[in-house]
Amino acid sequence: MIPSRYQIGRRVEETADTVTFALTPLDRPLPEAQPGQFHMLYAFGVGEVPISVSGRLSRTVHQHTLRAVGAVTKALFDATAGTILGVRGPFGRGWAPPAQGSDVVIVAGGIGLAPLRPVIQHAVANRGLYGRVTVVIGARSPADLLYVREYPRWEAGGIEVRSTVDAAGPGWQGNVGVVTTLLPGLVDEPAATAAMLCGPEVMMRFAARALMDQGVPPGAVQVSLERNMRCGIGECGHCQLGPLLLCRDGPVTGYDVAQPLVSVKEL
Amino acid sequence: MTSVRESLGEYPFLDELPELWLDRLADLGHRVSYPAGLRLFSEGGHAEHFWLISGGAVGLDLHVPGRGDVLIDTVHPGSVLGWSWLFPPYRWHFGAVAASTVHAVQFSGVQVMSLCRDDPAGGMELMRRFMGVVVDRLQATRIRLLDLYGYQP
Repeated sequence: MIPSRYQIGRRVEETADTVTFALTPLDRPLPEAQPGQFHMLYAFGVGEVPISVSGRLSRTVHQHTLRAVGAVTKALFDATAGTILGVRGPFGRGWAPPAQGSDVVIVAGGIGLAPLRPVIQHAVANRGLYGRVTVVIGARSPADLLYVREYPRWEAGGIEVRSTVDAAGPGWQGNVGVVTTLLPGLVDEPAATAAMLCGPEVMMRFAARALMDQGVPPGAVQVSLERNMRCGIGECGHCQLGPLLLCRDGPVTGYDVAQPLVSVKEL
Repeated sequence: MTSVRESLGEYPFLDELPELWLDRLADLGHRVSYPAGLRLFSEGGHAEHFWLISGGAVGLDLHVPGRGDVLIDTVHPGSVLGWSWLFPPYRWHFGAVAASTVHAVQFSGVQVMSLCRDDPAGGMELMRRFMGVVVDRLQATRIRLLDLYGYQP
């Protein structure tokens, strides 16, 4: 429960309110995080927040992408290179790797692309392991799309990348509409398709439904759920969702488990 | 190249429509292709046609003073473009531009409406499908109204 000291290295402002930075350990490195797991990042004197790992630069240097929405994330967004943070983790259950040879459909909305980025990077680096791999990305506007500079690299690595925005700006020639409009036709073999979804819960509900309508079994659809993670070890109960403590049993879970829970009001 | 009749079997919009109706629609449909950037119709123009999109994508836009033509939606392959021919005043509410090279089957709204009047049962089925398209677009628009990606303090 005691944070390890990490130092912010290179930081890239992805959008007006979202930043990606690398963290290098100053103390003994924490165990290596798996894609989909999260760390508790502590801005000293401000507070602690759960942030998914968005990439790894070496065995000990990893990346986080966060959006400034509250006091702590604003402090982390403003933190410059050289700033020291407290880090605990990694926590939770990450993405279960798809079976070899299966098709993979990745659906990300907004900041939800961050925890899926390591999965995409893994797919690019191990392209031969999978069949068709498609990444569908939704954002509020073109200016809010994350990692845009990396899309050409993903596509060159054999990944099909499709993006859409809710509201187009001047000059935008891409898709406009909800992510579900890009899902028809993506599932060739439902029984051999694995899907990974991360984004606003409503978006995931509609996307999961659209994939299940194409025959993908609920258990083959993984979703990353977010609740109020605090302790990270399943002790405090703040992140309870029905029988799940998401900091321990999630954040990634099968939609067969999540579906009955996310449809219950106030749960 | 497949015939119009054969290609109609590939559209979810026409799934399980009676063969007789597919034959009738095939007689009215014309294959068309539009290069990227070509404007199919403009806001306020007379709405005479609809299209079943088989390839490419069509952007729907609206001219906003000071902002130019702003894209508001994208119609993808397998979808239907155009329903303003169904209702008075038969004017397009938005414009449409080929976002990439578009392949489609184009129909005259007047001819299809005439077909519906001649065979009300089949026409009812076709109108029900158009209603499904309208409802899908309405639901998608409602979801966008939620501004899901925005931060709600």
